[in-house]
Amino acid sequence: MMSKGEIVLGCLAPHPPHLVYADNPPQNEAYSEGGWETLRWGYARLARKLKNIDYDAIVIFTPHWQTYIGTHFLGLPEFKSKSVDPIFPNLFRFNYDLKVDVDLAEKMREAADEAGIITKMMTNPDFRVDYGTITSCHLLNPDWDKPIVTISSNRNTHYYSPEVMIEQAGALGRACAKAIEESGKRVVLVSSHSLSHRHFVTEAPLPEDMSLEHIYNHSQYVWDMKIIDLMRQGKSREVIDIMPEFTEQTIAETEGGGLIWMMAAMGHPDYSAEIYGYQSVIGTGNLIASWDPNDETREYVL
Amino acid sequence: MAEEMNEPEILFGIYCPPHPHPLLCPEANEGYGKLRSAYDACRKRIEESEADLILIYSTTWPSIVGHQIQALENPVWTHVDDDFHYLGGMPYDFKIDVDFANGYASAAEKRGLHSRTVAYEGFPIDTGSVVALQLLNPDNRIPACIVSSNMYANRAETIVLGKAARDVLAEQGKKAIVVVVASLSNRMFTEHIDEVDDRIHSQKDDDWNRKILEFFAAGRLEDLSQLSRDIHGQIRVSKVVAYKPAWWMAATMGQHNNYAGEVLAYEALHGSGGAVITLTPTDGSFGDKEFDEDDVEFYHGDRDVLDKGML
Ligand SMILES: [Fe+2]
Repeated sequence: MMSKGEIVLGCLAPHPPHLVYADNPPQNEAYSEGGWETLRWGYARLARKLKNIDYDAIVIFTPHWQTYIGTHFLGLPEFKSKSVDPIFPNLFRFNYDLKVDVDLAEKMREAADEAGIITKMMTNPDFRVDYGTITSCHLLNPDWDKPIVTISSNRNTHYYSPEVMIEQAGALGRACAKAIEESGKRVVLVSSHSLSHRHFVTEAPLPEDMSLEHIYNHSQYVWDMKIIDLMRQGKSREVIDIMPEFTEQTIAETEGGGLIWMMAAMGHPDYSAEIYGYQSVIGTGNLIASWDPNDETREYVL
Repeated sequence: MAEEMNEPEILFGIYCPPHPHPLLCPEANEGYGKLRSAYDACRKRIEESEADLILIYSTTWPSIVGHQIQALENPVWTHVDDDFHYLGGMPYDFKIDVDFANGYASAAEKRGLHSRTVAYEGFPIDTGSVVALQLLNPDNRIPACIVSSNMYANRAETIVLGKAARDVLAEQGKKAIVVVVASLSNRMFTEHIDEVDDRIHSQKDDDWNRKILEFFAAGRLEDLSQLSRDIHGQIRVSKVVAYKPAWWMAATMGQHNNYAGEVLAYEALHGSGGAVITLTPTDGSFGDKEFDEDDVEFYHGDRDVLDKGML
């Protein structure tokens, strides 16, 4: 009998396209002089940890594939195209060529369906993979040598309330965990989003001019620090409990449900999150963190 | 006359829905077919008009860094909708009026707005713009301009953005068709449905939609603009801060109620309210609406509207 699948790491991986832009990978058409090192170096550190973990696939939940009718899963083995950020096209025009673990996607879709969640496989070959998926996956695994599965974010916060979204994202997380266990695969979960999410509506002439980068306001910062403090203490349930308030007060990108999905899939960890860096990008608050269920490899990073 | 006053020449306006069904599966539901026929009627009117430009404001193109304006001369791609990908891709090959786009961005800047053009191969043109342009202007007979809807912008910014469009239309002397791509009520069903069973999500949404359509049919664009906040509170899912399309449309076409309105179709699109409406500026309807001013520039005294009523 095949051994049980498991979640080997959960990552909170924000996706400002600025970070890819600042890194100047060959896939991106724009050129930068750098910027946002605190986040980029944090990402590089987490990417090195991932290199030492044995895993089969990355499953990523993104707020930039927004579906109002249920939760959708990427359902074709390959996608190759160019992703142009609709908000920051000056920074992000990325030529991607990625593989999808369709078998795992289908299994998670089935489990979600059994849990009463509205689902759909996405099998249109012209579909463009969203820039949240591409940014987070590129920074976590610049070699792109593992298949991924993208899960769309259902817009329950806007349609109903943050509480409904939390219920739904939690149920989806538990369903995905069950499917992963049954698949026999070793999977890295990625929740792709910022924390506080108020943007400046103007951009510096040189976007990477770090003398102009700062958090939108102090209230956003204080809230972000509160969340990070709870994560450090291993209080993931409390993080979820104050999420509606946090999301409302800081227009946080947690409204998509990624973190709730991931925490539920991981059984609401009571151990400390590994913290890799916090920095603002065009005013938004961004944290890189991971949850390592393995007591022997879990680190105190920052 | 329009030239003397340096007023823009707006031939007519179109309000139409963003969802792809009328383009991709008009046969799936009788209502989708009616919306498609209404789009086709608008296409014909555009063809018969002397328009130099189709100017589109799309609620499915959100921006953050100011007001973005499409400025790539020939964007070519195959667009796929986030939700309705199973209905098929939407190949497009558009002709954009780059001069107008640049003019619009600087007119917006002159009025204190932050604005920028985007001209990148592969830029993801939104579903609403693709649907509208494909159906209204299939052979690119007339060049287009597409402007985004800023997520954080509220009434003041949106009205000024419309006025900036007037500035550049007048300055460049272009005759325009003004297109707003937006639902009426925008709540969709959150489950997949059989298309033949489509209907407006709720009675309340339907009631409000029909009231809005009465205003459109009477040409009361400015009144709709004034009602925007009520409409937002009543029948709009709070994805953005406000219901802005009537603000932009009124500010662009002229902030008054002197239009000939025609509702060509009103149908459900996965639960949301989809309507194809035309508004044509007219001077024939001055003073026939109870709360209207005869002249917004000069006070001619009390109109005694109530004295002329049935009492
Ligand atoms: Fe984002």
